[in-house]
Amino acid sequence: MSDLDAFRTQTRAWLEANCPPECRGPLKGEGDMVWGGRDAAFPTPAHKVWLDRMAERGWTAPEWPAEYGGGGLSREEAKVLASEMRRIQAQPPLYSFGVWMLGPALLAFGTEEQKKRFLPEIVRGEIRWCQGYSEPGAGSDLAAIQTRAEDRGDHWIVNGQKIWTSYADKADWIFCLVRTDPDAPKHLGISFVLFDMATPGVTTRPITLISGKSPFCETFFDDVRVEKENLVGTLNRGWDVAKHLLAHERTMIGAMGDAGVGRPLGQVAAESVGLDEAGRLDEPMLRARIAELDIDAAAFRLAMERVGDQVKAKQAHPAIASMLKYYGSELNKRRHELVMAAGGSEALEWEGERSKDGQAARDWLRTKANSIEGGTSEVQLNIIAKHLLQLPGA
Amino acid sequence: MPLILTEEQTMLQEAADGFLNDNAPIAHLRKLRDERDPDGVSRDLWRSFGEMGFAGVLIDEADGGLGLGAVEAGVIAESLGRTLTPSPFFGSAVLSATVLKSGDESQRQWLGRIAGGEAIVALAMDEGPKHAPARITTRAERSGNGFRLDGAKSFVLDGHVADTLIVAAQTEEGLTLFLVDPAMAGVSRERTVMVDAHNAARVTLSGVEVDAGAVIGAVGGGEAVLEQALSLGRACAASTLVGAGDQAFKVTLEYLRTRKQFGKLIGEFQALQHRAAHLFTELELARAATLAALQAIDAGREDTSLAASVAKAKAGRVAELAVQEAVQMHGGVGMTDEFDVGLFMKRVRVLNELLGDAHFHAERLARAQGF
Repeated sequence: MSDLDAFRTQTRAWLEANCPPECRGPLKGEGDMVWGGRDAAFPTPAHKVWLDRMAERGWTAPEWPAEYGGGGLSREEAKVLASEMRRIQAQPPLYSFGVWMLGPALLAFGTEEQKKRFLPEIVRGEIRWCQGYSEPGAGSDLAAIQTRAEDRGDHWIVNGQKIWTSYADKADWIFCLVRTDPDAPKHLGISFVLFDMATPGVTTRPITLISGKSPFCETFFDDVRVEKENLVGTLNRGWDVAKHLLAHERTMIGAMGDAGVGRPLGQVAAESVGLDEAGRLDEPMLRARIAELDIDAAAFRLAMERVGDQVKAKQAHPAIASMLKYYGSELNKRRHELVMAAGGSEALEWEGERSKDGQAARDWLRTKANSIEGGTSEVQLNIIAKHLLQLPGA
Repeated sequence: MPLILTEEQTMLQEAADGFLNDNAPIAHLRKLRDERDPDGVSRDLWRSFGEMGFAGVLIDEADGGLGLGAVEAGVIAESLGRTLTPSPFFGSAVLSATVLKSGDESQRQWLGRIAGGEAIVALAMDEGPKHAPARITTRAERSGNGFRLDGAKSFVLDGHVADTLIVAAQTEEGLTLFLVDPAMAGVSRERTVMVDAHNAARVTLSGVEVDAGAVIGAVGGGEAVLEQALSLGRACAASTLVGAGDQAFKVTLEYLRTRKQFGKLIGEFQALQHRAAHLFTELELARAATLAALQAIDAGREDTSLAASVAKAKAGRVAELAVQEAVQMHGGVGMTDEFDVGLFMKRVRVLNELLGDAHFHAERLARAQGF
């Protein structure tokens, strides 16, 4: 315990000294997020300093082994780091599908060479990754993907289309599910491959959503050459890698149910609605709903923490990620409905400086995808019923 | 501290589950209820609780207990929720023992007797139909070298069989806790037969003369002591709610796997699968919130009181959902007295009222956050 206390003291001091003031406090919008990559954009020069300093310690991926550039921290130390970052409202130094999704899959399925090559640059935010999973005909039924990879001896030629590829237009590399054996049962002919988005034959087209903008794209592959060394895991067994990665994706989407460094909703509502003489929100029904959400959000945060501890102690069922995904995304939708209710007519503004171009409204609309992307809520409930509850015929 | 049980705590859980399943399963509750047992609780079983160390789980070794923490108390409380066992554990070993820890030498004697499963001590606090510790009106006026107590208490757990009572009353200095012998003149007790066949009583105090030695801790210092007991009690009540909700869920899952309708197992219907999966998720949240509150108490964290409120509110709502789904999914069978699910529904309703329901705790949380 005293080791952990010492770690906390050191971490606190290091963060105080190294987290620039520009990188503290709630994000003002998506533009504040640092995604890294070859054409990395930083809202301020300080954000680059912050990323570099954190990456140097491996703290963009605190629990990864130090030999691959990670922080090498224990679960308990990583929790301390997270709580100390929360304490000073430090913004995440890096948003990264590499850290959240590909990295854990590489750690579990990658060759030593792949880990050495890809993981350190993920930690440093040098390469921005996107995910090529969904296709127009393979949404919830993901294993129905049709994108073909034809064997040409030392490489494959990939043809097909992906959809809902987040940030495909900004990504440097893609991790992608392709069909390598069209004659096998649908789960058994899929492989997991990596390739550069700059490869000839790759094109992307942004998709506009109800929120007016979105990170999503359609992605097209036209005779794209993929080297065999970029196969992750076993040929035709990419479904195993995909499932592993999906578990991390689901946990990540679920984690958005926790508002993070945003302001407490009760305070937001108090400014907009006002308080009565007794100091209560002057809108009792709204107040009650916010208080209930706060309780659910607090319990959800603890459930996420508990699942993390169970994973570490090898007590977690792999399907437990579906629980976090399901609840977290439903919670996030509820939260944003209440944000809109608390904001009233001001939250409805779509354009203009005052509303930051309708950020509240756009965020609210964006959350509706939470219970669709990464597997719909209904799919998650099916998984829970089948794998965790072992209900018949599920 | 990881949000999972340690190996020792898991062993305690197995011991408590094993003991209660062997000695006080739901049949024990039914027997006490159907025979209209005047005590409504088994003294023999309470003594066994003493022998097993359960009754003294929170009591220091110096006072005859095991000297363990809130998490361990919660583990036992959860087991009690699974078997619906009526027991003085909650009132005596959790609430009263916590209060008595701030008592003087002679008052602390009670701790050893609780730990041994010999004594039942009841905390008389609430007065109206809803939990409202801020609205206690029982009065304690200075009289001679002591006090004269007047007031009426309700929902006093085990109040009708308690060997001694702890009474919360208002003095000029503020809320004060008194140790009151129920045999004293002016004390009257009425057992209330409750919906869940557990025990509580109404206690009336009219002109009860106690001496100054009856004060537990300092005159006017009752609120802080009570607050500690309430946090522990709320977290343990949350544990019992999780235990009861979880058990009702398990019974329901078993039914979904075996009951056939329309030529199919009803668990094959997606409408029921999704509700079961949702309930599973809610139970996991309640479990996490409850363990977190118990750990916060053991760590003496600043946010303990609010953590207990989160746990009590969440566990209460979730257990309520669990028993409602249990009855609904069992169909007509679930409405019969013969099947246990109705007993879980009754117990959860009582536990929800105990020490504040979900509305009460949501209100506390909103206030603490200034809205």
